[in-house]
Amino acid sequence: MAKNITNKTLIDLHSCMVRIRRFEEEAGKLMEDGKIPGALHLYVGQEAVAAGVMAHLSNKDQITSTHRGHGHVIAKGGQFAPMFAELYGKSTGYCKGKGGSMHISNMALGILGANGIVGGGPPIAMGAAFSNKFRKTKQVAVTFFGDGASNEGSFHEAANMAALYQLPCVFVCENNGFGEYTRQTNHQAVTDVADRAAGYGMPGVVVDGMDVMAVYEAAEAAIKRARAGDGPTLLECKTYRYYDHVGVRGMGLTYRTDEEVDAWKQRDAIHSFEALLLKQGVLTAKKIENVYARANDEIKEGVAFAESSPFPTTEDLLEDVYFVGAAS
Amino acid sequence: MSEALKDGPRMLPYVSAITEGVRQVLQEQDNAFVAGEDVGQAGSVFGYYQGLLDEFGDRRIVDTPISEKGIIGLGVGAAATGCRPIIDIMFMDFLGECMDEVANQMAKMRFMFGGGATLPVTVLTMAGAGMNLAAQHSQSWEAFLAHLPGVKVLMPSNAYDAKGMIIAASRDDNPVFVVMNKMSLAMQAEVPEEMYEVPIGKAAIVREGAAFSIFAMGRMVHEALAAAKTLEGLGVDCEVVDVRSIQPFDSETAVASIKKTHRALVVHEAVRFGGFGGEIVAQLQEEAFDYLDAPIARVGAPFSPVPYSPALEKLYIPNAERIVAEVKKVLGI
Repeated sequence: MAKNITNKTLIDLHSCMVRIRRFEEEAGKLMEDGKIPGALHLYVGQEAVAAGVMAHLSNKDQITSTHRGHGHVIAKGGQFAPMFAELYGKSTGYCKGKGGSMHISNMALGILGANGIVGGGPPIAMGAAFSNKFRKTKQVAVTFFGDGASNEGSFHEAANMAALYQLPCVFVCENNGFGEYTRQTNHQAVTDVADRAAGYGMPGVVVDGMDVMAVYEAAEAAIKRARAGDGPTLLECKTYRYYDHVGVRGMGLTYRTDEEVDAWKQRDAIHSFEALLLKQGVLTAKKIENVYARANDEIKEGVAFAESSPFPTTEDLLEDVYFVGAAS
Repeated sequence: MSEALKDGPRMLPYVSAITEGVRQVLQEQDNAFVAGEDVGQAGSVFGYYQGLLDEFGDRRIVDTPISEKGIIGLGVGAAATGCRPIIDIMFMDFLGECMDEVANQMAKMRFMFGGGATLPVTVLTMAGAGMNLAAQHSQSWEAFLAHLPGVKVLMPSNAYDAKGMIIAASRDDNPVFVVMNKMSLAMQAEVPEEMYEVPIGKAAIVREGAAFSIFAMGRMVHEALAAAKTLEGLGVDCEVVDVRSIQPFDSETAVASIKKTHRALVVHEAVRFGGFGGEIVAQLQEEAFDYLDAPIARVGAPFSPVPYSPALEKLYIPNAERIVAEVKKVLGI
């Protein structure tokens, strides 16, 4: 266990991961039940990455997320009610129902959007980091992307420019082993995406993305470095997606074996962290139970809010295409 | 300099009008900066940022790598977080390198976020054929951009508009593309020294006429004016409308013109098929069908990439002669 880490931080990390997992499990069910339209890309299995990184960011710091973005939004401070409302396509959602799962965002929380385009986030985060440096703030921009996105030119261009300008930017690669349904070994010749950092002139770090403390510590170093004006870092977190690329299923599919999924689940980030916290006496079984109970209450309230909220109307359709009014 | 010259109109070439517009924007807006390929040390390959690096320093005149995805991404991310970037895409053709950042990110971010994001970003880019730069440095892609809900598209045909549109674009809280023309850089026009805006969404009647309307875009405005002169000799009194604002399109001015003249032609340098002229024709027949005395003619480039050979390029680019021929065809003269 890291030194100087308070019990409160440990408890927050745990609670964050539990909230993400429960939200996603419920969202998956609601999608399968036909209550949530469209496509959800669920974050179950990868919770340690969002929790461990976001612990070092304030609302003023920016992130860009991915199509698998609910976990990032929750870890950045997203509330369940407007999130569920967004997934339901309701006018009370974070994006008034216009963005949905793949574009869920909240500028007040520093979330520059989940993104339906693989590799869409890195150039935008680099731009936000440029802005932070230009405006002489101490804000940091973090871009989350997958192993798949690390093959997009947009990632390459953003990484090169972030390093060139020494921007307060952190590139967090969530390597979950698959670009959609294609195994990493079939989509890139490198094993560690972090190896690519050398090509941009920035440090590359690999951590166990199933170990929230490892992510927390590595992210702390990268974000501190960025905030100090020492430039970007590429932080690769090796993790795993329990569910399918889209939706829930996850088991009994041909592109990976059930044994493989089970082996990763043996190293589950939440369960192993709970064992650690119990052993350390930071949490009791009862307290852990309460964390789940609170998440479940939040889900109940959030879903009820979403279901009772109105859909957007004709008047909303053409709103927000352009900024209308006096320029700022 | 004689007193008469001093008091005469202040003439500036298009290229200097761009420089002056950008300079004044940078002076006015502390959170504005220019970023793009060769904008700093080189002062742009077209020369319109000459001197700005010395004047504003490399914090505000930012040379970038040749990375259009990164450049547009920089503009989007910076605009969403409190800056007012002026992004330079050297040749419009290079938008192909960053179509995702333009079409899926910049254009849609505000809407996708339910109005949560505001993107005051200006993109300056250079279009047009005529310099034997061949198929990948000569195109006019304004119709691509106009088809994207969320961006505005302007085409200055002259130096006055170039400066005024850059200022208007930079003060607008939306992504605005200013599509300039490389063949017009030396063209002079009267350009006031003070800051002024050319209003976004307003066409300009650059020649009044009663018998025929020519709607022209970008450099084609000058070809249309030349055609109008020739047609005047044939007894045809042409009105020439500089469309100027492609998105939003000023249908009001267009409809008013057709109600007066009852006959029209649209001309743009872009390929005719699927070009913005088709949209103008469609709107005119929707709004003013009863006022039309003849089908609306279209002049544009043929359906081929821009050719390299001077001999072919000359045949390719629409010009006054072609406009005259089409107008005569419509009138049966």
